[in-house]
Amino acid sequence: MPSVDFRSILDEEEPAAWDGSVQAPECLADLNLDQVIDAVVGADDEYELRPFFLSPLTTARAVEYRHEVMRDLESDRTFAYVTEFASAMRRVREQLAKGAKVNPLQSQRLFLDALRTYSQAIVDFGERLLNSPLNSRGLRGFGRYLSQYVASPAFASRASAADTLLLELNNITYSVHIKDNAVSVSRYQGQADYSDEVAETFAKFSQGESSSYVGPLRDSIDMSQVEERILSLVAKLFPTTFAKLAEFCERNHGFIDPAIARFDREIQFYVAYKAYVARFIAGGLPICYPEVRSQARTVFARDTYDAALADSLIARGASVVLNDVTLEDDERLIVVSGPNQGGKTTFARLFGQLHYLAGLGCPVPGRAARLALFDKILTHFEREEHVENLRSKLEDDLLRIRDLLERATARSIIIVNEIFSSTTTSDAYFLARQIVERILSLGARCVCVTFLDALASADDRIVSMVSMVSPDDPAIRTYKVARRPAGGRSYAVSIAEKHRLTYARIRARIEAAKQ
Amino acid sequence: MKAHLMYAERDVAAHIALPKYQHDVIQDLGLQTIVNAMAATDDNIAQVARETLLTSLSDIASIRYRQAALKDCIAHAEAVRELHDLAVQTVNAERRGFLYGIPMVGKTPGSVLFWAINLLEMLEAQLRRLRRFADQHASEFTSPAFTTLFEMLQRELSDDYLESIREHLRRLQFPNGLLLSAELGAGNKGANYVLRKGAAPESWMRRLFLGDSTGGYAFKIDDRDEAGLRALAALKDQGVALVADALGRSTGHILAFFKMLRTELAFYVGCLNLYEALNSLGCPTCMPTPCEAAAQKRSAARLYDPALALALGRGVVENDLGADGKRLVVITGANRGGKSTFLRSVGLGQLMMQCGMFVAADRFEASVCEGLFTHYQREEDPTMQSGKFDEELLRMSGIVDNVQANSLVLLNESFAATDAREGAEIAHQVVSALTESGVTVYFVTHQYEFAQSIQATEESAALLLLAERREDGTRTFRIMPGAPLHTSYARDLYDRIFGRSGEQPPTFEASAALRAREVSGGQN
Repeated sequence: MPSVDFRSILDEEEPAAWDGSVQAPECLADLNLDQVIDAVVGADDEYELRPFFLSPLTTARAVEYRHEVMRDLESDRTFAYVTEFASAMRRVREQLAKGAKVNPLQSQRLFLDALRTYSQAIVDFGERLLNSPLNSRGLRGFGRYLSQYVASPAFASRASAADTLLLELNNITYSVHIKDNAVSVSRYQGQADYSDEVAETFAKFSQGESSSYVGPLRDSIDMSQVEERILSLVAKLFPTTFAKLAEFCERNHGFIDPAIARFDREIQFYVAYKAYVARFIAGGLPICYPEVRSQARTVFARDTYDAALADSLIARGASVVLNDVTLEDDERLIVVSGPNQGGKTTFARLFGQLHYLAGLGCPVPGRAARLALFDKILTHFEREEHVENLRSKLEDDLLRIRDLLERATARSIIIVNEIFSSTTTSDAYFLARQIVERILSLGARCVCVTFLDALASADDRIVSMVSMVSPDDPAIRTYKVARRPAGGRSYAVSIAEKHRLTYARIRARIEAAKQ
Repeated sequence: MKAHLMYAERDVAAHIALPKYQHDVIQDLGLQTIVNAMAATDDNIAQVARETLLTSLSDIASIRYRQAALKDCIAHAEAVRELHDLAVQTVNAERRGFLYGIPMVGKTPGSVLFWAINLLEMLEAQLRRLRRFADQHASEFTSPAFTTLFEMLQRELSDDYLESIREHLRRLQFPNGLLLSAELGAGNKGANYVLRKGAAPESWMRRLFLGDSTGGYAFKIDDRDEAGLRALAALKDQGVALVADALGRSTGHILAFFKMLRTELAFYVGCLNLYEALNSLGCPTCMPTPCEAAAQKRSAARLYDPALALALGRGVVENDLGADGKRLVVITGANRGGKSTFLRSVGLGQLMMQCGMFVAADRFEASVCEGLFTHYQREEDPTMQSGKFDEELLRMSGIVDNVQANSLVLLNESFAATDAREGAEIAHQVVSALTESGVTVYFVTHQYEFAQSIQATEESAALLLLAERREDGTRTFRIMPGAPLHTSYARDLYDRIFGRSGEQPPTFEASAALRAREVSGGQN
């Protein structure tokens, strides 16, 4: 039989180690992607997933490999298989870790448990993968790898030896008699259960479900000295079984396969992200697989939103505003203007977020999207002023922008937020004009948030977008950012209509409640 | 063992979370005053009374079941109070015993066992008293609720049964030590400890210590080995866990039985308290006649607001009502003319009838309703999140979410927080949508435009009532049939409080303040 090799569920061609040495891209904090990643990997990051999320992919083929796996995991059944496998593997680790801390008679039993958990998990998962309608190269490849592993004679004989041993241990029942300070241990001889009799006597008073007064017993396998002495006497009562157990542990040291261990960690990339986006789906927000290309003339996303913001809005029960973004053909730069607190910065962030998440090979917020791969995402956000910084704010702005432009290429994404707000409008316009010109000549895609309305009409390659207010009450922000010349207005509903208290609505509501 | 005093077929529901609109009902109808009179300082009665008042029965048989039990209670008030006291005493004794018996840190099996045994000794004596009570009084009661209860007590609490409880209490002292069975659980730790009957004789144990290992092995913990003794105690604890659990639950069941008995009786004792309070004020009460919802009945003689009578400590204005076949009753007329009080008396009458209680009237006959809702004007929203009108409509919308055909909705000055024309328009839409959906609406309003538009003829489904005002301007607080007049006499009130205004109309602020007072203060 030809041996099947399996490298990684995250990358078919060039899997990296993805260890703690991976550096975080600088743009994360400005784009609130650090919050997104924190939320995805969770507070304890049990599987050390963070490095995966710090390493965007560079080829469309690699993105596709991850999309395939992600789509396969959309099946509830397949996903359940994966999570069951993961929790079994976690149990294995826990059992082995615990075994290292306790006395030999206990440690041997934990080792036996761990090995059985592992074997069963592998058998189940392998079989399930083979019988699932999978389309991803990743999961199919791993399924083939597992079936080969399970089919090896060593695996089968080890598993059956473990089962036999456990059965013998489970069949042991013994009696403990305690009178004053004396304890005796013997084989159990079938005496009747006294608590049943007590329960029966008082059953007539039962008023339905009752809760126990007895607090939960310590659910720990740690034993007291008395329990340890009893266990050693039980081992003397059943000597053959305990001798076999010791020998089994000796023989099967280090039984976890490295490729399986790697898969166990890496598959959590998908599990964590899926759990993360589930909150958006539950909140009624769209999530889609972007079309990801290494080069794209047009990029767009429909009904998209800032993931970090949406997460906190959903948690508070507030609604999330959806926006569209498009850069067609030669368009390269979006200038966002409009009233403050109107969602301009959020809009700029979301453009960066979309690309970053797409580059990870993940589904993105939105109903549909086409996005391009990038070499880096560069951001320029206003900094808090540092007292020790002797340069002026304007000078600092310019230096940082220069540095940014030096690193940018045609494949970069640039997000600029409120540039040059510390100088006069005409100066700011002049400077901004220069910077925009440079970005346009680079050909990089850019979103620029500014108070300089005029910037929006400076070039054909610039798209003007405006944060909108409610037409009836300019004090109300809609958080919509729409394509239109820098300026803008909707409809009002009567207050009763708002509360659904017109004649027709009330009739309909009462009627609907009957059903 | 159940005491089905409140429902023929089921228990009183444990603490119910009231939907939001019910809190409005409590506030608008002054229900707390009724509850306080029923409770007479007993918190348990207060809670049961409150929940019972707000959990209307809608089928007539269930109402009659309680009415019958309540008649029994009124006839044998002393015995019913004695039975209630017995239940209360038992529950209170448990509370004291609990503090002594159970250590504050963790409920270990051993401590539960100790507590349960002590408590059971007390409970067994109370069960005996209960049996004796049943033996003495069974023949006096006639309602199905009480006769069933007494039969059950006599049947279930036989002498033999009470003796078997004592036997268990003796055996649970474990004179021969503990015999446990166990298996190897996770990590080979002993698990599934079960207490077994029949501990081995001592001679067998002695053999083991003499080195005979055919039957097993043995060891002894030294008297000075404190850690060892603690571990042994912990093991014993595990050994008695199941039996402690069983006995603990059993004790809990008996306690729950007494608590349930207390709860089932609480409503009736509350009714007795209220009955006696109203009687002592010389106010009438009657057992109402519940009718099918479809009959659309609602009539009363000498109907009054018991909350107001209790608050004032004297008899109050009584009104007659004849609104059979009327889906809409619109009450207009003088400010501070008793409209709100009248509306409250209708609402309270309905609620009291539908929980099986007597009603504060000389005669009360009404169709049962599917839910009672109140919508009264409120003070400004303290959170400032919405304007007053917005807030009003928000609450109305909450009512619409919950009404159904045959609900009863009481509106008091609704839709007044906007200009008259708009308010009338919305009132018209809401009221006609509700009544045409089969909801009955009682509407106290100043809205002349709206009231004027109501077609109130003998045959129509609407009735117009008017707060009476004599020629000289004094109010009688009586509500009589009558068409709306084109002024609400705010001017009178203004004159009385501020003196003659001459030709000067009251300022906008002054009339708003007066109205707010009228809405919140009722007659006082």
